[in-house]
Amino acid sequence: MTHDTTLELDPRVPMLRLTRDFDASPADVFRAWADPDLVVRWLGPVDRTMEVERYDCVSGGAYRYVHVRGDDRQWFHGSFHDVRPGELIVQTFTWEGMPDSVALETARFHDLGDGRTRLVTTSLTDSFEGRDAFVASGMEAGVRDSFAKLDALLAG
Amino acid sequence: MAADPLSRAFAALSDPTRRDLVARLAEGDANVTDLAEHYDVSLQAVSKHVRVLEDAGLVSRTRDAQRRPVHLEAQVLDLMTAWIERYRREAQARYTRLDAVLDDLATTQTAPRTTPSRRRAGGTR
Repeated sequence: MTHDTTLELDPRVPMLRLTRDFDASPADVFRAWADPDLVVRWLGPVDRTMEVERYDCVSGGAYRYVHVRGDDRQWFHGSFHDVRPGELIVQTFTWEGMPDSVALETARFHDLGDGRTRLVTTSLTDSFEGRDAFVASGMEAGVRDSFAKLDALLAG
Repeated sequence: MAADPLSRAFAALSDPTRRDLVARLAEGDANVTDLAEHYDVSLQAVSKHVRVLEDAGLVSRTRDAQRRPVHLEAQVLDLMTAWIERYRREAQARYTRLDAVLDDLATTQTAPRTTPSRRRAGGTR
């Protein structure tokens, strides 16, 4: 069975929150998050491959990876601020196309018992515009067009 | 209130009464007096909520009509919904791939335990 993913956009601060249950223990969900060989299998967009330059998922560690589609290479990097295995990851996130914009991200692995985990991730950006661009990033041209159209409608 | 239009729209929809007003207006235009009948708050409070929705571009009010019915700008709402839904679906696709990774993990973890027991049960290898 596929569990549903919920998305909340916080109205007070530029944060977005994703919640999703998994039929696996917190230790396993954490491992899929912390082991670069496993991360490359799920983190990237579906139409891109992911290559990891470094991925050291420990407190004080860092990561850098690239999403590849043909000649297009989009690099991302950040620091792992706090890592508590099976429990919590606090990290920064930067798309190198916008190097001055840094998001603060958390992933919390809540034990639901019976080998199930509720994963709650948050991304806090430094502005509402930053968050909205974050949500719009990686979208196909058609969606970005409708985003611009929405801006125009709302501005009108 | 947040400066950019999109955030203004999200902020406007963050309030449960305003979300309910939007749901009501999806069924058709209504004036503030009619809308206020559905809530345990003053007419002024409902009027203020409508003004927030109006400032956010989510509803409009006819200037010339005497009763000034409130009209939902469904196009704006549809685009917001589509935009958020698209992001949510991408996250969902990512997590479905994570499900598959976790299934593999479960399989490889149980393999070393099941293999010896099968050997014991079989007794021939």
